[in-house]
Amino acid sequence: MTRIDSAPVPASAATPALPPGFGVPARISRWLPGLAATCHHSEVFASSAEASGAGLALALALDALRAATPDPAADVPDERAWLWVQDKTALRLSGRPYRPGLPAALRHRLIHVAADKPEDALFALEEGLRCRDLAFVIGEIAGNPRALNFTASRRLSLAAEKHGVPLWLVRLDAKRDLGAARMRWDAAPAPSQPPRWNPQAPGAPSWAAGLFRAHTFQPGQWILRDDGLVPHGRPHGKLVADQVADASPDHGDLVRRAGDRPLAAG
Amino acid sequence: MAIWCGALAIDRWRLGEGCAPGEGADAEPLALIADTAHGPRITAANRAGLESGARAGTMLADARALCPQLAVRPADPAGDLAFLESLALWAQRWGPWSAIDPPDGLLVDTTGAAHLFGGEAAMLADARHLLARRGLAARAAMAPTAGAAWALAHHGPDGALLVDSEDITARLAALPVAALRLDEDVLVLLRRLGLKRLGDLAGIDRDALARRFRTRRSPAANPLMRLDQLLGSVPEPLLPVIGVVMPMVQRRLAEPIRHRDLLDRVLADLARDMARLLEAQGQGARRLELGLWKVDGEVLVRRLEMAAAARDPGHVCRLFAARLDDVDAGFGIELVRLRAPWTEPLVMAQAELDAAAERHGTSLAACIDRLTVRLGAEAVRRPLPHASHLPERAQRWCPPLDPQPGAQETFDFHARPLKLLDRAEPIAVIYEAPGGLPRLFRWRGTIHEIARAEGPERIAPEWWREKSTVRLRDYYRIEDSTGRRYWIYRHGLAGDGRGGAPEWFLQGLAP
Repeated sequence: MTRIDSAPVPASAATPALPPGFGVPARISRWLPGLAATCHHSEVFASSAEASGAGLALALALDALRAATPDPAADVPDERAWLWVQDKTALRLSGRPYRPGLPAALRHRLIHVAADKPEDALFALEEGLRCRDLAFVIGEIAGNPRALNFTASRRLSLAAEKHGVPLWLVRLDAKRDLGAARMRWDAAPAPSQPPRWNPQAPGAPSWAAGLFRAHTFQPGQWILRDDGLVPHGRPHGKLVADQVADASPDHGDLVRRAGDRPLAAG
Repeated sequence: MAIWCGALAIDRWRLGEGCAPGEGADAEPLALIADTAHGPRITAANRAGLESGARAGTMLADARALCPQLAVRPADPAGDLAFLESLALWAQRWGPWSAIDPPDGLLVDTTGAAHLFGGEAAMLADARHLLARRGLAARAAMAPTAGAAWALAHHGPDGALLVDSEDITARLAALPVAALRLDEDVLVLLRRLGLKRLGDLAGIDRDALARRFRTRRSPAANPLMRLDQLLGSVPEPLLPVIGVVMPMVQRRLAEPIRHRDLLDRVLADLARDMARLLEAQGQGARRLELGLWKVDGEVLVRRLEMAAAARDPGHVCRLFAARLDDVDAGFGIELVRLRAPWTEPLVMAQAELDAAAERHGTSLAACIDRLTVRLGAEAVRRPLPHASHLPERAQRWCPPLDPQPGAQETFDFHARPLKLLDRAEPIAVIYEAPGGLPRLFRWRGTIHEIARAEGPERIAPEWWREKSTVRLRDYYRIEDSTGRRYWIYRHGLAGDGRGGAPEWFLQGLAP
């Protein structure tokens, strides 16, 4: 049930476990889950009245962490901290991170920065990107502050690429202004799939995500689902993308059915 | 050698006043008092006060009845202890280490050091002379064991010297049993048994004493153990006082500086000196203090606290640079001093090899230091779990590099939202059926239609810390018709007698 629209490569070459830039042909033009580490600076535009922006950013970050090949010389798993920077408005509108609600793998590694002004938030983001001991950085900035112009955005992009620390910047209630981010997403909530045992309950989080500007990938619309993001989710959950085709309503599951899925997945 | 400052508190007060014994303010009766639950009580009195009837331990009101003109000052036991500690360090001139014997004594180990002063008698005379010159009423004694020296200093003749060749038992036989450093109740017991002198104890069969005090484990309650310590047949460990010198570097400037770039240069030099000093000691600084002495006598102090021990000069300079922006040099700065009041062990690190140097970037501690210096310590924190049922109390914000405390595992079936609002926001609801889950709610001016829900999860108030009128909460995980997922709760139940109709709040936002 694997289908990639106008895929010039056999699907087996694009398994999510491959390291970025290795084994993935340069001609691939469709975004897939499991390839996210190729791009170090992404922006996610979302509304402040829901947590879908932060949720999608976290899901993409988790996806990149899962796709990264572990260091063969390391004898301990990667337990580096990650940074979550919020400015005051974002904090007031969309709330603070809540430790019991974070995925179990990330819960104990969070360092949170509550900045007063967007300038301070940008400073914290840049300092975080320069730190080699951070796994990734998530920023949340509300609106279109004057400090976050194209120059500031470009600085973040360069710092992220120079030091290899990926950044997902969530822009709450923001206009799509000029920015240097390599990938720009639009996040909106989507109705979740009913859980198997209680169809009346909300299920694993899902988003209607639109990639509207990207350097290396074609823009597109997806329904993304991550059943490993919620704290009670499956330990081996992964990001699953259903492409929303523009013309035909054919929803192809872009990820191969992995053989290592537990049976409870349904 | 044992030194006993019998009137330490009074001597400290007198030295603070700057008057000789028996003159000036010391000529009038005076007492030092401490506040107790039953009113002020005298802790020490000067000679005039003792003559007029004030005794340590009496109530001030009783002493005033005897001597109405008795002057009082507050006692300072913490200051006395600090003074005793510094005195113990000073006393290390007579031996390699010294211990304090609270509240008013010192023990100095002079083993093998007496020949430097020309013999034990000369050393004892030197100690008595120097203590008297400091204005302290002190008695000193020397003996082969700490216990014997203590006994002679407190209860023997002044300046007593007991040399190795003498028989300790015979020499100390005339001293009272209080010379054994025993607790008050044991002394009372011994007095009731008719044992008043150390010689009396020596006349008793050892087995009888061991049987009588077999339940007393502590040395201060067991005369036999104290007797053995006094004779040196049982070792007596003492806790020595060790002086720690605060690392400090300073620059006196021939020409007062008034410009920032020069100050930065001086700071870089100081940071390099400090790094060398700390590296020699195997330490790293946690707190640094930069003092700037100006020509007009004013002192500016800038403090810095670091998340982890560090001594890298570049890092220190960078952190201080943000703190020096508001320095007003005035007529110039003539002395710059950098001190490290708080240091921690920091092992030498391997210098970066080529491969590591290419992967430049800061360490986590350096990154947190930079963030903390600009944004404040309150801004950079990490959540740690806390034992509480209430969602907003279940996490606590702590400094980012604090160790993670052990905590009980949470239940996996308790689904929690990704983000929590700082204050739960009230929502207006429209019920489908009264008492159940609402069909619609309005939050921040938008109407949400509840499509799917799970709940209620009832979280009762924590009765052990809240009032009995606090209402319970029924939490629901909901998803509205457009897919937005929230965590809402009903505050209270209809008819629970704790307020009117229950209200609804939105507390969390799920991804």
